[in-house]
Amino acid sequence: MGEETRRIAPLEGRGFDGEELRVLPAEPATRLVLRASAEACEDLSAALGLDLPRTPKTTSSKGARAALWLGPDEWLVIDQAGANLVAACAGVPAFHAAVDVSHRNTAMLVSGPRAADVLSAGCPQDLSLHAFPVGAASRTMFGKAEIVLWRTGEDAFRVECWRSFSDYVLLLMEAAARDV
Amino acid sequence: MLLIHCPYCQEERPELEFRHAGEAHIARPTDMAALSDADFERFFFIRSNPKGIVFERWRHIHGCARFFNAARDTVSDRFLATYRAGDPKPALDGEGA
Amino acid sequence: MTQPFRIATAGRLGHADPVRFSFDGRILMGLSGDTLASALIANGIHLVGRSFKYHRPRGIVSAGAEEPNALVGIHRDAARRTPNVRATVQEVYEGLEAVSQNRWPSLAFDVGALNDVASPFFSAGFYYKTFMWPKAAWERLYEPFIRRAAGLGVAPDRPDPDLYANRFAHCDVLVIGGGAAGLAAALAAAETGAQVILADEQAQTGGALRYETGAVIDGQAGWDWAQTVTADLAARDNVRLLTRTTGFGYYAQNMVGLVERLTDHLAAPDPARPRERLWQVRAKRAVLATGAIERHMVFPGNDRPGIMLASAARTYLNHFGVAVGRNIAVYAADDGAWLAALDLHRAGVGVAAIVDARADVAGPHVEEAKRLGVACLPAHAVTGTTGRLRVSSIRVSPVAGGAARDIACDALLTSAGWTPAVHLFSQSRGKLVFEAETQRFLPGSNAQDVACAGACAGASGLAETVEQGLEAGARAGGATGGRTVAVREARGESWTGGMLGPADNGTGAKAFVDFQNDVTAKDIRQAVREGMRSIEHVKRFTTTGMATDQGKTSNMHGLAIAAAMLGKPIPEVGLTTFRAPYTPVTFGALAGHSRGALFEPVRRTPIHSWAEENGAEFEDVGQWKRAWYFPRNGEELHAAVARECRTVRASAGIFDASTLGKIEVVGPDAARFMELMYTNPWTKLGVGRCRYGVMLREDGFIYDDGVVGRLAEDRFHVTTTTGGAPRVLNHMEDYLQTEFPDLRVFLTSTSEQWAVIAVQGPRSRDIIAPLVERIDLSDEAMPHMSVREGSICGVPTRLFRMSFTGERGFEINVPADFGRAVWEAVWAEGRKHDACAYGTEAMHVLRAEKGFIIVGQETDGTVTPHDAGLGWAIGRNKADFVGMRGLRRADLVAPGRKQLVGLKTKDPDVVLDEGAQIVADPNQPVPMTMLGHVTSSYWSENCGRSIALALVAGGHDRMGETLHVPMPGGAIAVEVTSTVFFDEKGERANG
Ligand SMILES: [Zn+2]
Repeated sequence: MGEETRRIAPLEGRGFDGEELRVLPAEPATRLVLRASAEACEDLSAALGLDLPRTPKTTSSKGARAALWLGPDEWLVIDQAGANLVAACAGVPAFHAAVDVSHRNTAMLVSGPRAADVLSAGCPQDLSLHAFPVGAASRTMFGKAEIVLWRTGEDAFRVECWRSFSDYVLLLMEAAARDV
Repeated sequence: MLLIHCPYCQEERPELEFRHAGEAHIARPTDMAALSDADFERFFFIRSNPKGIVFERWRHIHGCARFFNAARDTVSDRFLATYRAGDPKPALDGEGA
Repeated sequence: MTQPFRIATAGRLGHADPVRFSFDGRILMGLSGDTLASALIANGIHLVGRSFKYHRPRGIVSAGAEEPNALVGIHRDAARRTPNVRATVQEVYEGLEAVSQNRWPSLAFDVGALNDVASPFFSAGFYYKTFMWPKAAWERLYEPFIRRAAGLGVAPDRPDPDLYANRFAHCDVLVIGGGAAGLAAALAAAETGAQVILADEQAQTGGALRYETGAVIDGQAGWDWAQTVTADLAARDNVRLLTRTTGFGYYAQNMVGLVERLTDHLAAPDPARPRERLWQVRAKRAVLATGAIERHMVFPGNDRPGIMLASAARTYLNHFGVAVGRNIAVYAADDGAWLAALDLHRAGVGVAAIVDARADVAGPHVEEAKRLGVACLPAHAVTGTTGRLRVSSIRVSPVAGGAARDIACDALLTSAGWTPAVHLFSQSRGKLVFEAETQRFLPGSNAQDVACAGACAGASGLAETVEQGLEAGARAGGATGGRTVAVREARGESWTGGMLGPADNGTGAKAFVDFQNDVTAKDIRQAVREGMRSIEHVKRFTTTGMATDQGKTSNMHGLAIAAAMLGKPIPEVGLTTFRAPYTPVTFGALAGHSRGALFEPVRRTPIHSWAEENGAEFEDVGQWKRAWYFPRNGEELHAAVARECRTVRASAGIFDASTLGKIEVVGPDAARFMELMYTNPWTKLGVGRCRYGVMLREDGFIYDDGVVGRLAEDRFHVTTTTGGAPRVLNHMEDYLQTEFPDLRVFLTSTSEQWAVIAVQGPRSRDIIAPLVERIDLSDEAMPHMSVREGSICGVPTRLFRMSFTGERGFEINVPADFGRAVWEAVWAEGRKHDACAYGTEAMHVLRAEKGFIIVGQETDGTVTPHDAGLGWAIGRNKADFVGMRGLRRADLVAPGRKQLVGLKTKDPDVVLDEGAQIVADPNQPVPMTMLGHVTSSYWSENCGRSIALALVAGGHDRMGETLHVPMPGGAIAVEVTSTVFFDEKGERANG
C-alpha cells in the first residue's frame, strides 16, 4: 500500500526558467529542526557526520547533508539523499530535541546572475558576497513570508519556507523577476 | 526601518526581522501564589514609559528567534546597547543624557 | 506644425526626433528629450492651469521638481490617468496626452475665476472663520463646495493597472543628486573602491550645468564634463547609476527611500514591466548634493503666465533650445537673473529691461548688459503686471518711491536668490543653522553619517561645489589621505545676491508667496496681525507651504515676511519641519509588489486542491483558505451545512483540520513546562493520552486552547487554534527563554509538518480501520482522548482519538506531502459508509451543539475559564501556572461577571444574530441595560431548532430565565439554558 500513497510536493510542476534566472522546486529532502545546547553539540555532530556550525549565519555540509545555523541552539539539518535524520540523532543521550520537519518546509533553488537581485526585492538583508558569502545561511524575511536563505554558490541560493507560504514566495519571485 | 544589533547573531539586522516585546527587566515573581494585589498590579500593569532611555525586550523572531534586551533612547530612537536576556543592564556612559 | 519658440541653434535637442503630443486636445509637436513644459513653451504656451483657490490663470514657473504651478493630468488610457503631474518633470513621448486641471469649462474661460473677484471672502484663515456655523452646514454645503472649488487634479476611478517593484539595496556610499557636486562625490567615492549608488531625479545627470553656460571644468564645458564623468561612473562595476530617481525620504540609520520612474517617459511601456521601482537603500554613508532652489520675487501680480524663474528660462534656452518669449524683462535681486537675460539676448530675444531691487549692482554682467543697450534699473521694484492670460507689461517704480512706468514684455524672469535644498538633510535629523549675512538655512551638525556638498551646503561657486563634492565623496568612500581624484580647474558663475520677502512693503494685493495654495504676502501679514506667532501657526492659518510642493520656492519668503511683521530675527520665528516625501510619491511605489495575490500570503492546506475539485466554497481564516462547505447539486450554504451536520451524526464526516497549529514540546522538563503554560495538570497524563488544554495570559484571561497528546514522557504534541498558532509559540518561547530558562525543553513548530484529517461520526472507526496499521483501534486499546503512532496507507501517522463534534472521532496526522493521498483513501472508505466531506461551517455548528467554545468567538480577551464554563480545566493543586494569580484578581471573582450560557429562542425557527445584545426587559427606556451578547448562533439540524451561545451577566445563575434580544423588528424572547444542546450526557464520543 505504501507504494501507492503518492507524495505531492507543494510546488510540484511549478517554477520558471527565465533569462539569467532560474527558480525550481528542490527535490524532496529529509529535514530536522535540531535544538541542543552546546554540551550536546559534539555528540550530535558525530551522530550526524558533520560539524554543527557554531558561528551565526554559517553552514556546514558533507555530501548530501548540511546543517544550517539558525540560532545559538537551533539548526536546520537537510539531507537531500533522504536519510532518516531522526534516527541518526536518536542514540545521543545528551539533552536535545530532534523534530522531523521534512514536510513542513519546502524549498526553491534560485540561480543565475539575477538571483540576488530577485531575492533583494523582498529580503532586507545585504546579499552582497561580502556580507552574505557562499555558504552563509539565515532565517529572514522575503516579502511577508519567513524564509531560510542559504547561499550555495555565488549565483545560487536555496530558499526554504513553510509549505503553505511557498506559493506566495514563488509568486513574489515571479513578480520580482519581471523587474529587470 | 531601524538596524538592530542582535547579540546572538552578532550583527546588525533589519528591523523587519524583529518584534518588540515590551519593557525589560520585569522578572516574573517566583511566589505567584502569595503575590498581593498591589504587587501583581506593579508586576503586570505598571510600566515606566519614560522619555529618554528605555530598557526593552526584542525578539529576533524572523532570525535566530532569541529574545534579548536593548537600551534605546526614545528621543533619538537610537539603540545604545543590545544584550542577551538575563544579562544585567549595561552601563551607558553618559549616553542619551 | 512649427514650434515658434524653438531656436535651432540653441540647446542640446537639435537633432532629436520630433514628437507629437496633445494638450487639452490640441495636437502639438515637441522634440524627444523635451519635458512637457519645454515643449509647451516651444509652442508659445505658458497658460497651463488654474490656481487652487482663486482659479487664476497660471503658467510654468520652474524647470524642475520644485514646480508649484504647472500641474497637469497625464492620460494614457481609462485607468492610467495621473493627476497633478508637474509639467516640468514629465518628459514628452509620442502620443502623450496632457490635460489642464481645476478649470471649467475651459482653461481660457473659467467660471471659478469669480473666486478671484470675491477674494476677500477667501482671505487667510477663511476655512476656520467662514465655515464654522451652522455646524450642520459643514457636511451638506461647505465641504462639497470647498472640494469642488479648491480642487487639484481628478484621481482615476479605476484600479491602477501598473506594476510596481521593490528593491532593498545596500551600499557604502549613497550620493543624492547628480549635479557637479554629486558627480564629483560619486567619482571620488568610486575611486576608493567603495560600492556607490548615485541617484538623480532628472533624465540626465548634470544638475545646474544644464543651463550654466559659463561653467568650465577640467577644460570642458560644464555639461560635457558631467556627461564624461557620468559615462566613467556607468562603466564602473562598483557604481550603480540611477537617473529619473528621486531621493524622497531620509530615515533612521541611513535608510533612504528612492523612487525610480521606469516608464513614465515611454510612449509604449511594456505592461508586464514595472512602472516604478522603490529602492530602500541602506547606506553606510550618504552624500547629499541636492543643490539649491531659486526663489521667485514677491510683487503684486507675480503669478501671471509668462512670469518664471530666471534659471528656468536659462534651462529652456540652453538645454531645450526654447525661448520663453520674444521680448522679455527681468526682475531680480540676484546676479544669476542678469546672466539669463544675457543668454536670451545672445539668442536673439529682446530684453526690455533688467529691474533689480538692489541698489548696488556691479560686475561684468552689468557692464555687458549696459554695453548691449539693455535698460538697467537698479533700486527698482515691479509693482504690478498686466495681461489676462499672459503677462503683457510690468509696472516699475523706484524702491524708494517715485513715478512708475510701464514696460511691455511677454515674459518676466525673476530671481530672489537661492534656497539651499536641505530637505533630506533635515529629514536625517541634522540640525540647520541660519547664516544671517546670506539669509540662508544651511546644514549644521549631523545626526547620521551624512555629508552635504555643493549648493545645498552653501557653496559659493562652481569651484567650491566641485571641491566639496570631491572631498565628501573621498571621505565617504573611506579614503584617509584626502582627495582621491583631482579636478584641475572649475570655474563658473558666482551666486551672489538674493532677498527674502517683497522689495516694497506696499499693500498691493496678490503678491503671491505660495503659488500652489494661493497664499499672498498680505495673507501672511494678516496671520501675524491676528495673533499667529510661530511659523507653524502661520503655516496652518494661511496654508502656506502646505501644498504638494511643500513650499520649495516660497517658505523662506513666508518666513521672512512673518519675521519682519513680528520684528524678530528669522531663526526665532522658526522653520517648518521638512517631512518626507520630498516630492509626491505614488501609492503604487510604496505598495510595491504587495497587491492582489501578493497583498499577503494566501495559505492553502495539502488537501485544498481536493476540496477545490469537489466544489467546496472557501472562507478566509487569517491567511488560510479553509473549505467552508461542500455544496451538492446547487445547494445553498444552509442546505449544505444542514446535510453535512446530519450526516456526521448519522454516519460520519471527513474534515480538513490541517490548519490547526501544532507545537512539539520536547525535553525532560516538558511536563513541568506544560504545567506552567496551561491551566491543566499534565504530569500525571499518561503516555498515549490526550487532554484538552486551556492557556491563559498572565492576567487570567483565555488566550488559546487545544488538545494536547503525550507521545512520550518527554514529548508532547500540542495543538493550538488556527489563528493562534504563531502567537502561542511566541508566548511559549517568551516564557521558556526569559522566565523559565532553566527548564530543559525545546519547542518546534510542526503546524505544517502534518496534514490533519478529522473523521468524525459513529462510523469513523469503520472508515479508517481498513487503512490503519500497527494501531489497535478498539475502545479498550484506544479510548476517547488517546493518541497512537503507527501508519496509515503505508505512511507514518500520529492518530488521535478525539472529538470536536461530540461523536466518536479521530484526527489522522500524516506528513503533509501525503495529506491528499491519505485523504482520498479515507474518502473512498467513507463513501462506503455514506460519509460526507464537511467544512468549517458545519464544524462550527457541530461543536456549538456540544457547547464547545471557539477562542476568539466565545472569548474576546476578557473571558476567564470560569466565565466560559471551563473551571474544571484548572488544576487544583498546582503551585503556579501563567494566569493563576491573575484569576484571583477581585474583578475576576466578583459576582455578576458575564458567563457563557446557551440560549434557546422561544420560537425555535428564529436564528439570532451573532453579536446581538441581550436585555432583561425589552420595554425599558433607551439606553437599555445590556446584560451581554450572542457569541454564536446557528440553525441546528440535529436539534431541529436554532441554538445560540451567549455571554450573559451572572448567566450561570439564570438557567431557565427568559431574556430578550432587541432587534429592529422587535424583541426576541429567549430562554437561558445549558451550553450543551445535543447528547447532554456526552456518551457518543465514547461509543
Ligand atoms: Zn539574532
